[in-house]
Amino acid sequence: MSDSLSSIVPGGSQDRWAGRRVGPGVSLKDCRPTRRRVWRDRRNTFLVSLAVGITMIPVVMILYQITAKGIATMDWEFLTSSMPLSFRREGGGFLNGLVGTFIMVGLASAVSIPFGVLAAVYLVEYGKKNWLAKLIRFFSDVMTGVPSVFVGLFVYTALVIEFGFGALMGAASLAIIMMPIIVRSTEEMLKLVPQELKDASYALGAAKWQTVIKIILPSAAPGITTGVMLAVARAAGETAPLILTALGSYQLTAKLWGKPMSSLTLAIFDGARNPFAAGQARAWAGALELLIIVLVFTIAARLVASRSRISR
Amino acid sequence: MRWPRSNPSAPSRVISTTKSASPWQRRGVGRRADSLFVILAASSGVLILLVLAWMVVSTTGTALPVFGSQGISFITSSEWSPSDGEFGALAFIYGTVITSVIALLIAIPLSLGVSLFLTEYSPKRLKTPIGYAIDLLAAVPSVIYGLWGVFILLPLFLQPTADFLAKYLGFIPIFKGPASGLSYFGAGVILAVMITPIITSLCREVFATVPNADRHAAYALGATKWEMIRQSVLPRGRAGIVGAIMLGLGRALGETIAVALLIGSAVRIDVSWLRPGYSMAAVIANQFQEATGDHIRALVGVGVVLFALTILINMGARALVWRFNRI
Repeated sequence: MSDSLSSIVPGGSQDRWAGRRVGPGVSLKDCRPTRRRVWRDRRNTFLVSLAVGITMIPVVMILYQITAKGIATMDWEFLTSSMPLSFRREGGGFLNGLVGTFIMVGLASAVSIPFGVLAAVYLVEYGKKNWLAKLIRFFSDVMTGVPSVFVGLFVYTALVIEFGFGALMGAASLAIIMMPIIVRSTEEMLKLVPQELKDASYALGAAKWQTVIKIILPSAAPGITTGVMLAVARAAGETAPLILTALGSYQLTAKLWGKPMSSLTLAIFDGARNPFAAGQARAWAGALELLIIVLVFTIAARLVASRSRISR
Repeated sequence: MRWPRSNPSAPSRVISTTKSASPWQRRGVGRRADSLFVILAASSGVLILLVLAWMVVSTTGTALPVFGSQGISFITSSEWSPSDGEFGALAFIYGTVITSVIALLIAIPLSLGVSLFLTEYSPKRLKTPIGYAIDLLAAVPSVIYGLWGVFILLPLFLQPTADFLAKYLGFIPIFKGPASGLSYFGAGVILAVMITPIITSLCREVFATVPNADRHAAYALGATKWEMIRQSVLPRGRAGIVGAIMLGLGRALGETIAVALLIGSAVRIDVSWLRPGYSMAAVIANQFQEATGDHIRALVGVGVVLFALTILINMGARALVWRFNRI
C-alpha cells in the first residue's frame, strides 16, 4: 500500500517540505496532477471509448445486414415450404429446419428442465455443502465448459451408432448442453428465496418436499424461467452437436427416430457452405428467422427477470 | 435482491405433532414422500455425474483403436490422410491454439475497455443501450457469426487487413504472405467477436463489486481517473479478470461452426497467421459427414484431445482464481 501511495502522491518525500503546506509531506501544488499524468489519463479515456466503438461495429453490422439480406428472401413461401432438392433452385424455405428446431429443442427442454430444476433443489435444499453437492456443482461447471461438438461426438458414439441419426439423438445432445446451465442458474435463484418464507411454511406443518413444491419453486419461478429461457435460446442456436446427431435433411419430417432431421442452424450452415446464390439467399433468410427466435427468448428472459424480486 | 435472514437453520421435518395438521399427512403421504423426494432430487444431480462419466468412457472407448494404432504420434504428427490410415492431429491442435491466442489478443483489450467504460466512465443514459448491445452480441448463434463472417466480414475487412499486414509487416514470420482472409487470422477475429461479450459481461460484474470507498480513497489521494482504475479497480478485480479470460478461452477453444467456415480448411502447420489451417472442432464438423470406419474413430479421438484441453484450461482457471483470491 505504501508503494502505491507514494506513486499517486508526487513529492511525498522529505525534500518537498517547503512551500504552502497542506500536511506533512504534501503541498497543495504537488497534489495537482502533472501534465504527463493528465495526458495519460486522457489517452486512456480515449482508448476505453475506442474499445466501445470497435465493439459496437459488429453489433450494428450484424443486426443491419442480417435484417437487410434476410428480408430480401423472407416471404410467406419461405416460412411455409421446405428446401428444394438443389441449392441452385430458387424458392422454397426452411420449414423443415424450423420444425426440426422446435421438435428437438422442445424434447430437450422436456427432459432437461425437470431434471435440472430437481438437481438444483437438491444442491440448495438438501446437499448444501456436503461432498455430493460439491461434486455435482463442480462437474456441472465442468460440463458448461465442454465444447458442444464434443457433446455431439458423445451422443454419436453412445447412441447414434446403435440407433441411427434422428431427432431423439439431436434432442439428447441439446439436453446435455442445457442441463448444466439450468442447474447453475436455478441454484442461484433458489438461494435467494428468503428463509422466513420457508420457516413460515414449516410452521404451518408442511413437510420439506411440500415446502419445495408449493413455496420455494413458485416464489423462485420467474428467476428459474429466466435461466431456462436463456438455455433454450442457447440450444436453438447450436449447430455442431446436431451435425453429429440429427445429421440434417432436405425433407420435412416429424419422425422422432430412424430418420435424419434438419434444424434451422443446420440449414443455414449448409447454405453458407455452398457456392450457389439461391442457397446463400435462403441461408440469410434462415439467419434472420433464427436470430428473431433467439432474441425473442433472450429479451423475454430479461423481461421476466426485471419483473420479479427473486432474480438476477 | 436479498431478504434479511434471521434463522439460517431450517427444520428438516414437520414440527407439528397433531395428526390433522396437514391434509397431505392425513392421506398418508407425509414422511415417505419426503425421503422419496430427496432421492428423486439427488438422483437428478447424480445424473449429471453419470452423463459426464459416460461421455468420457464412450468417446475414449470409441477412439481407443486409433489411439492404439497411432500411439503418441496422434498428437505429435501432423500427417492426416484418412485414405492411408495416417492420423496425426498436431495440425489441428496447433490451429486451435493459434486461433484462440489471436482471439484473446484482440478480445482482452476490447472487453476490458468496454467493461471499464460501462462501470467507470459511461454516463447513465449510455449504460443500458451498450449493455443490451453486448448481451445481444453474446446471444447471436455461432452459425450466424459464421455466415456473416464469410460473406460480409471476409471481403470487407479480413482480406484487406490480411493483405495489408502481409504487405507492410510481411518481414515478421507470423505475418508472412501470400495472405488469405480464410486463415488462422480470420478465424481468430471472428472468435474475438464471439468471446468479447462473454469476457465483458463477466469483467463488468467483477468491477461492479469493487467498493466505492476504494475509488474515493484513490481520488482523495489526488489520483486521476485512470490512476484510480489502476490502483483500486484493477487490482481488486484481478482474480475475476483472469477467470473471465479463461472462460472466454475455453469458449474459443471449443467453438466449431464459425471457425469451420473461416479457417480455410488446410491440414498443415504454418507459422504465418495469414495462411489457411484447421482447428480440432472444425475438422470434426467438416469431415464427419464423409468419414467412415477408422476416420470416424480418429475424429472422435480429436474430440477427446479437445475435451482434455478444455478441461485443463477450466481447471487451470479455477486454480488461478483460487490463488488470487487467497492473496
